This record gives sequence, structure tokens and C-alpha cells, in this order.
Amino acid sequence: MGELWELFLIFARMGAFTFGGGYAMLPIIQKEIVEKKKWATDEEVMDYYAIGQCTPGIIAVNVATFMGFKRKGIIGAIVATLGMVFPSLVIITTIAVFFQHFEDYVVVQRAFSGIRIVVVVLILQTIIKLWKQSIKNWVGIGLFALSFVVIAFTKLSPIYVIVLSCIIGIMVMGKKEVAQQ
Amino acid sequence: MIYLLLFVEFFKIGLFSIGGGLATLPFLYHLADTYGWITSEELLDMIAVAESTPGPIGINTATFVGYRTAGPLGGIIATLGTVTPSIIIIVLIAYYFMKFSEHPKVRAGFNGVRPAVVGLIAAAGYEVVKISLLNTEHFVDTLDLLNVINYKAVALFAAMMFICYRFKKHPIVYIVIGGLIGILVGPF
Repeated sequence: MGELWELFLIFARMGAFTFGGGYAMLPIIQKEIVEKKKWATDEEVMDYYAIGQCTPGIIAVNVATFMGFKRKGIIGAIVATLGMVFPSLVIITTIAVFFQHFEDYVVVQRAFSGIRIVVVVLILQTIIKLWKQSIKNWVGIGLFALSFVVIAFTKLSPIYVIVLSCIIGIMVMGKKEVAQQ
Repeated sequence: MIYLLLFVEFFKIGLFSIGGGLATLPFLYHLADTYGWITSEELLDMIAVAESTPGPIGINTATFVGYRTAGPLGGIIATLGTVTPSIIIIVLIAYYFMKFSEHPKVRAGFNGVRPAVVGLIAAAGYEVVKISLLNTEHFVDTLDLLNVINYKAVALFAAMMFICYRFKKHPIVYIVIGGLIGILVGPF
């Protein structure tokens, strides 16, 4: 019971402080799950994102479900997901009841403009950290560049990028790993 | 039975929208057209709220539409509908992933995927950079190269970058600080 409650609270904290989509959640995951709890490594978190991106559903929810399952099986998956969505339910219902045109309030716009800048800082630091761990050769740099350019400047689905890089990984890096052994 | 219908419709959204919250939008427009639960204008409003509140965007919009349609319980049901397919599908995948994650081919595949994931994160970051540090719209309208950079925002960015490196506090601390600075001296 204790650990399930902990799982719920951690993901509720993420739900309450993630502004701007699934990837903005990463810095908090790194702090809470990887550094503090050591429930997963950075590599594993990246794998969950890759899978969460290619499977149906909302990425943040998919990643939460994955981690919950890894920790405590099916119950863990459900508890982590409920934790993730709980703050949204409370906050959005409150706004829907009490505020009209919430996004037009000056204080909201101001707070949000500051938060967005912090989100850029946090995402940049996450990228630097993950870069060190996952990009070890020119193939990796190429895959990073390909993925960034395709997603930032075209309307192609990220799924193609993930599938293609998986195939390249098996063809190129698989051989290398065998050769190194 | 409105609750059952809400659950089924949002279950479908959870099942067929691949790749994040904004991927649910076409489905929401379809809902607006089919059932008249909400108008397209209300939907635009909701998206703006969902993007300026914490939490996954797809969940925020589900809660909002559910609430507008059938009250607080409607919000809960729509949200549960959205996440149920994720729970089923991810549990199945996670089960097999953990079994096969040490297989050399799987490991090689993910060694290729991880750099691509960093690229995806960078692309997500770039989207936020465009709206927070650059005056992209102003530039497109006027081609005014001098003001393409939002200097005030970049100053805060540099200061926060330094503080984050220096102190390594919990990300939530910085998000709260960013919000407070925005309220005090914003908008950026």
C-alpha cells in the first residue's frame, strides 16, 4: 500500500507541474524516478518514450503506465496513470466551474510566459544529459539530427523516425556491438 | 446513457490518437460536429486553457469536454475513457518488452532509437523556444531581423540557465520561480 501511494503521489506531482506536453515532463521524471528513487535508468526512460510515442494514447500517460507497470505490475500501471491525470481533473474542473476565458487573465499569461522560459531551460539541460549517455558515435549524431529536422520542420509523424532509427540501430549498431565483444 | 457514450467516444480517442495530446484534436472536432456537445469556438477556448494549465493536453481537453457535457462526473468518465486503452496496450507491451529487452537485436534497435528520442525532445524544445524566446510572428509579418529575438525573455533564460547549473534544485522549484517572475515582471 505504501509504495502504491508513493507511486500515485509522484505521478500526481508530475501531472501538476508539467506544462506543455509529454516531453516537458522529462526533467521531473529524471529528478524523481531516475535520481531520487532509482526506479529506472535514463536509457530505460528514453525507451519508454520511444514506445509511448509509437503506441496509441497520450505520451505522458503511456510513460506513466509503463513505469507504474515496471514498479508494481498492473495495479502499479493503473495507480501511476490515475496519479498522472488526477491534478488535471481537479484543476480543469475548477477552472470550468469558476472561470470563463481563463487563458485571457493577465496574471495567467504572465505566469505562463515565465514558466515557458523555464521549460526551455529544463528541456535543454535534459537534452545535454541524455546526449552524453545515448549519443556515442557519428551514427548517433546523424540519427539525432535526422530526427530533430524531420520533426521540427516537416509534418511527418514521429513514428516513422522511431521505426527507421530502430532499423538503422539493428543494422549498424548491432554489428558493432557484436564486433566489440 | 450519456456517461457510457462519453466513455466510449473518449476510449476511441485514446485508442486512435497516436503521438501526443494535439493528435487528439481532429477527434475532438469530430465530436463537436457529431454530438453538438460543444461548439468549435468552445473547443478552441478549451485548447487554450489546456495549454495554459499543467497536465497532459489530451487529458485536460478530455476533462473539459466531459465536464461541459455531463458535469464533474462526465469529466472523470471522459478522462478514464481516454487512458483505458493506454493502460491495456502499454501493459501488454511492457510485459513483452521486459522479457525481450536483453535480446541483442532489441538492444541494438533501442541503441538506434535513443539518439532519435533525444532529437524528438530537441524538436519539442524548439517549439517552446519559438514561442518563448523568439518573436516569430512579428518577424514573419515585418521581416524585422533586429527584433526577431525576444531580448527580455533571453535574459531570463540565461539567468535561469545559470541558476539551474549552480544550484541543481528540483525542476518544480524552477517552474514555480518562473511563474512568479512572470507575474512580477512579465509578460515576456
